[in-house]
Amino acid sequence: MGLAKRIIPCLDVDNGRVVKGVNFVGIRDAGDPVEIARRYNEQGADEITFLDITASHEGRDTTVHTVEQIAEQVFIPLTVGGGIRSVEDIRTMLNAGADKVSINTAAIHEPELVRRASERFGAQCIVVAIDAKRVDDVDGKPRWEIFTHGGRKPTGIDAVAWAVKMADLGAGEILLTSMDRDGTKNGFELGVTRAISDAVDIPVIASGGVGNLDHLVEGITLGGADAVLAASIFHFGEYSVPQAKAYMAEHGIEVRL
Amino acid sequence: MSQRVAVIDYGMGNLHSVASALAHVGAGEVHVTCDPEEIRAADRVVFPGVGAIRDCMAEIRRLKCDELLASALTEERKPVLAICVGMQALMSRSEENGGVDCLDIIPGQVRHFCSTVQGPHLLDASGERLKVPHMGWNEVKQTLPHPLWHGIADNSRFYFVHSYYVHAEDRSLQAGALHYGVEADAALAIDNLFAVQFHPEKSHTAGLQLLRNFLEWNPAC
Repeated sequence: MGLAKRIIPCLDVDNGRVVKGVNFVGIRDAGDPVEIARRYNEQGADEITFLDITASHEGRDTTVHTVEQIAEQVFIPLTVGGGIRSVEDIRTMLNAGADKVSINTAAIHEPELVRRASERFGAQCIVVAIDAKRVDDVDGKPRWEIFTHGGRKPTGIDAVAWAVKMADLGAGEILLTSMDRDGTKNGFELGVTRAISDAVDIPVIASGGVGNLDHLVEGITLGGADAVLAASIFHFGEYSVPQAKAYMAEHGIEVRL
Repeated sequence: MSQRVAVIDYGMGNLHSVASALAHVGAGEVHVTCDPEEIRAADRVVFPGVGAIRDCMAEIRRLKCDELLASALTEERKPVLAICVGMQALMSRSEENGGVDCLDIIPGQVRHFCSTVQGPHLLDASGERLKVPHMGWNEVKQTLPHPLWHGIADNSRFYFVHSYYVHAEDRSLQAGALHYGVEADAALAIDNLFAVQFHPEKSHTAGLQLLRNFLEWNPAC
């Protein structure tokens, strides 16, 4: 027995409310991130990721307050991402109670931010989020590129090479989202998950496309991921975290039960 | 009895999680502080730590937290719980940042997971490659009976996040063992000091139980 593979529910939060809400039995406020995080904590989630999609600057204060409230009540690791642009933003979130902060677009504009943040706060709390999309094959081999703006804008950066560079600069973990699969419920893009997981020594979280429990299993067994992140299958009550863990355990994956 | 706990703050990151978790399990007052008076007035002391060891050691010495800790341990003889980099700082020396001298309260070394590895990767017993940092929930084998393990099943999982691990010279001090490519000290116990590599404040039920046990611990010394 050894290190367990992790299941991470993800909350998309806009101005302090979980987007589209959740559908759990007995929940009082389907849009309250604090109550939802507490429920996932009780269900045995291994971590919680909080993705802030608030567009307005004023909304950021709401986010900080929400993170503070979650951190006071939830005693599992909490990752906060979305709109993180500077060492100061990272400090604000860590001080509010986040254990890890995920950096996405800002790392593309300024890769050195990852190094500075890692040296200042430690690699253990710096997650680099990569939004990857399959592009035309090169020499018959599949290739994935980093896209920004919700998958609309190509950057020309090779996703696997980028993951290696981010690890070298001091990232402690990679959160990999397939923009081809996000929201489709067709399962993870296993090719890019495997390619990045093999290329870096740091843990990789697979994200984007989970529609059923087999997808979670495949992310680990075929994709080589260290953790799997999902939103809608948990939010809408299709599956609970304990169900997902039991299913993964049945398929020979080590989980925390 | 309501307990007053001082969480020693040497400015190296978020200690609210530790403070919230202690309050959650019943600590009467929790002070996140490097003020000598507050630390002296506390019934129990938590010595946490995150980040890189060189910066941590520099701040620990600059703020004289080393003296405060030594005084809590050997003069006031209070129960002390060291967490993660706080545990590593207790050892003689760490390999991190090119080699850093630590407090030498517990003779022993802090090594990188890959430092004794032959070949490019850390491997488990079956030859599977292991990622570094060691991040996530791993089992802790209780190698000593101890009041801080009360109510926690042997081999319970705790949350770890670290690239360096502790190896105490005196093997009889090991209270918990971790296997991750190598055998590492997940917990050390000596008199009124208990040190853990994992984060009890992030380890859900088992972690909260350990903190609860810490609040009730009366080391006979």
